[in-house]
Amino acid sequence: MTATTPRTSGTTAASPLPRPIWRRHLIALAVLTVVLVPLPLVLPDAQQSVAVRVLVFAIMAIGWNVMSGFGGMFSFGHAAYFGLGAYVSVWLLVERGVSPWIGMLAGMVAAAAFALLIGFLSLRYRLKGAYFALATFAFAEMLRLIAVNSDLVNRAVGYNVPLRPGSSWAFIQFAPGSPNYFWIALALTSLALLVSILFLRSRTGRFTLAVRDDEQAAAAVGIPVMRTKLVSIALSAAITSVAGTFYVQYFFFVDPDVAFGSSVSIQAILPAVIGGVATIWGPVVGAAVLGPLNDITATLLRNPPAALDFLQGRAGLDVIVYAVLLILIVLLLPQGIYGAIRERVGRR
Amino acid sequence: MSLLRVEGIGKSFNGIKAVDDVSFVVEEGSILGIIGPNGAGKTTLFNLVAGAITPDTGSVQLDGADVTGFAPHRISRAGMARTFQLMKPFTSMSVLDNVAVAAMAAGASRREAPRLAADVVERLGLTRWRDARSDGLPTAGLKRLELARAVASRPRVLLLDEVLAGLVPTERVPVMELLETLRTRDGVTLVFVEHIMAAVMRLSDSVLVLDQGRVLTAGKPEEVTRDPRVIEAYLGEEPSGAGS
Repeated sequence: MTATTPRTSGTTAASPLPRPIWRRHLIALAVLTVVLVPLPLVLPDAQQSVAVRVLVFAIMAIGWNVMSGFGGMFSFGHAAYFGLGAYVSVWLLVERGVSPWIGMLAGMVAAAAFALLIGFLSLRYRLKGAYFALATFAFAEMLRLIAVNSDLVNRAVGYNVPLRPGSSWAFIQFAPGSPNYFWIALALTSLALLVSILFLRSRTGRFTLAVRDDEQAAAAVGIPVMRTKLVSIALSAAITSVAGTFYVQYFFFVDPDVAFGSSVSIQAILPAVIGGVATIWGPVVGAAVLGPLNDITATLLRNPPAALDFLQGRAGLDVIVYAVLLILIVLLLPQGIYGAIRERVGRR
Repeated sequence: MSLLRVEGIGKSFNGIKAVDDVSFVVEEGSILGIIGPNGAGKTTLFNLVAGAITPDTGSVQLDGADVTGFAPHRISRAGMARTFQLMKPFTSMSVLDNVAVAAMAAGASRREAPRLAADVVERLGLTRWRDARSDGLPTAGLKRLELARAVASRPRVLLLDEVLAGLVPTERVPVMELLETLRTRDGVTLVFVEHIMAAVMRLSDSVLVLDQGRVLTAGKPEEVTRDPRVIEAYLGEEPSGAGS
């Protein structure tokens, strides 16, 4: 792409304006997607489920990153949106026989609406920083408790996805280990990334960064602060809810803890933080590192090779090692893995 | 008709009147300087006019339309921009992007904003920092960036809160010249708070003196600086030596 003419042909200024970076991101996204398509055909079955989990984490984190990275509003309650995506779609499927694709859209709408409500309330009462994060956490917990105590959604029992006789694209159900699951997750992840790139490129996206950097200055140049924040909050929730819908279809099961538990919120945060907050690729890089890392520490320490035999049977050790590795990454790469690489390479 | 008309505006904090019954008018294309000792309420007055603080009393009219108590972004879109005394750059962005965002907020499209911004950046002498991240700029650069962003939002009235403070004298001159061209070339009406009397004398058509939240006096710069009350409250013995 060396010979392309700059789009800013109208200027007569001394040096040409810097070229927009968006095309690079879009090309990278297209290439990465195409390269990953054959992956399930070469991966062994066990690794394929790891790959699907990586993509689910990536979608959650891409969503979280829109609001908390680009928008600067730290959410500790993205379980609310993941859970709404899961519950709305599975309820429609089980109780009404509606395809999970439509359920996915309904979940996105529900999550965005709920996010607008709690976003408006939190911002209206000027919650910031830790207090804002606690409020988002409280709303997610509220949804969990409602689900646990509500007959409408089977209380603590939750839902099993009914098994169908054959495989079905319309109902996202295939034979166990089918590569179709991976392909659907890959398509959804690519779409989520595409949306986050286009959002960042849009006017509202530029305004979102300005508001994050300085609210007063943003308002002074004419940016509607509240509206801008609410757009990023709603978009963030809608993206994360997609992960919830897919998760239920993949694991055939959801209950209030799986959907709304605080560990779900952490799973949305971790890949973004490890990969690089407020970067386009950070959440994906983070998920791609964390998924296998978790799996490797687990398999290695639960079924150690002969040389590490003494580790056999020490319960919880894998979680400890995983935690230590996370701490090391955060300490050594405070801007995340992708953030650190970007800094090294020295481009934005 | 006056472009900006402020009538009887006032604001109390915890019972203390920070700004009390202040009125002034600014004609289109003119420059009003606001001076006064520290704590006189100059910045609060700006915040009231620009919508950052809602006034307890009084009204603000911009070109005949009542904008009292409007949110800051609505006042900005109505044509009144401001700068901040303590610079507030969008730190994650380049200088160009800072200005481009302001242009977009004023209605420029995503495509034309960078070009408009580049023009403003060049005009403000920020070209050498154009593609640098704004958090690395020295004070003089940040002051100009404040001004650039405000100019890019295409205001009719520009409220400037100490744009010269923190600049060494050689840096002040080009900024003053720029302010003059903003008026002559673009027809922008200026209201500025300043401690540097040389700038006030040079630029202002009229001067408003605040003391303890109230208008002490107002008038032509030469008259005001001769006023014994102004000398006592603010200027001290030597009128030309005041300010920092």
